[in-house]
Amino acid sequence: MGAGHGHRLHFHGHSPVHRAPAHLKLLALLGFMLVVVATPHDWYAAFAAEALVLLGVVALSRVPVTYLAPRMVIEVPFAVFALLMPFIAQGPRTEVLGLTVSEPGLHAGVALLVKGTIGVLASLTLAATTEPQDVLRGLTRLRMPDLVVQIMGFMIRYLDVVTAELGRMMVAMRSRGCEPRSPRHWPTLARAMGALFIRSYERGERVHLAMLSRGYDGRLPSEGRP
Amino acid sequence: MHVPDGFLDAPTSVATGAVAVAGVALALRGARRELDDRTAPMAGLVATFVFAAQMINFPVGAGTSGHLLGGALAAVLVGPWSAVLCISVVLLVQALLMADGGITALGTNVTLMALVGVWVGWGVFVLVRRLLPRRTSSVVPAAAIGALASVPAAAAVFSLLFAVGGNAPVDPGTVLGAMVTWHVVIGIGEAVVTGLVVASVVATRPDLVRGALPALETRELEIRSPVR
Repeated sequence: MGAGHGHRLHFHGHSPVHRAPAHLKLLALLGFMLVVVATPHDWYAAFAAEALVLLGVVALSRVPVTYLAPRMVIEVPFAVFALLMPFIAQGPRTEVLGLTVSEPGLHAGVALLVKGTIGVLASLTLAATTEPQDVLRGLTRLRMPDLVVQIMGFMIRYLDVVTAELGRMMVAMRSRGCEPRSPRHWPTLARAMGALFIRSYERGERVHLAMLSRGYDGRLPSEGRP
Repeated sequence: MHVPDGFLDAPTSVATGAVAVAGVALALRGARRELDDRTAPMAGLVATFVFAAQMINFPVGAGTSGHLLGGALAAVLVGPWSAVLCISVVLLVQALLMADGGITALGTNVTLMALVGVWVGWGVFVLVRRLLPRRTSSVVPAAAIGALASVPAAAAVFSLLFAVGGNAPVDPGTVLGAMVTWHVVIGIGEAVVTGLVVASVVATRPDLVRGALPALETRELEIRSPVR
């Protein structure tokens, strides 16, 4: 808990990608991904070009591939679906490696996998090169409603506090013989979650009172905008 | 669980994005009524709680595990408007800072989990609560049934979106059938966990459970004499 409240994906650096204003990075990510999603699923040359652009940005950001690659496993459940696609889709059949698969399903599966992978890598690059506070400032500049930005700010601030609290509760439960994965212990687990909710809610009340005593009037003071 | 980039085509993603923006804008007004000027810190902490609760996995068979979506749970605990804000912010943080759920699919994810998940959960909860006697203990089964309904409802809406703008030639009926059956199983887990969590909060701090407010208003002060 004593550690800085950075988030787990950020990779410290000073590359041009790190220094670029956050609102431009957010817009670039959104625009780039809309183009990728809108690419018809048999334009393999376009996919290659998009992948090259993204890899160029990754190279420019100097975030090591060994840092990004393990974090791409978040994609796995969805990759399984893309791999199933050739078997469950309709349309004319074709032979690949001795298996009979649906031809449009095969194309769709490959396109899903490519688009999903580009999406995960692009989002990881944003998360790795942008501090959470800069994301918040970027969202403010993009006219995200102030209340949403504030809620997000509180969530980022207390994320590590609350998950660490949950972690300590889990350690305490495990050391008393509780196995959180087993449905037999769900009642215990649920009571812990109930306690976590009450603790989080009461922490929110204390934070609110502390803010009031420092002159909070529904808006956060804006510190030096970039 | 989260819809990634490229699953639905661009027009569908943009359309669900517009629905999500409208839904969140309405929730911003509604949440002011539920939480007044405490909205920002309270919703922020509740969003953090929902995020933490989602880290707990439960097995749903065949070696896979599901996790709590938390829409119905948050709605019963803090009210539907604040719950929409909390779940939306959780999805926003996951998309921007954790690469979980694509940025172009953010509108879809907010529509499915924050709007459909919360409102179906809350609607069914209110309906069941009306049928049960006005006691704080009635909140628990009502919350569980709301949670049970919210998960397949979100899955059904996803199947509809997939039929409209899916990027794959799969029979929409098959998708609907598979998604809904699978999510009924996940919904049972969601219902059990939601019911148990609500039960534990109702037992200790019923005043914090938004869904229990009508029952609390009619509750009479009971003075018990010690048994000799």
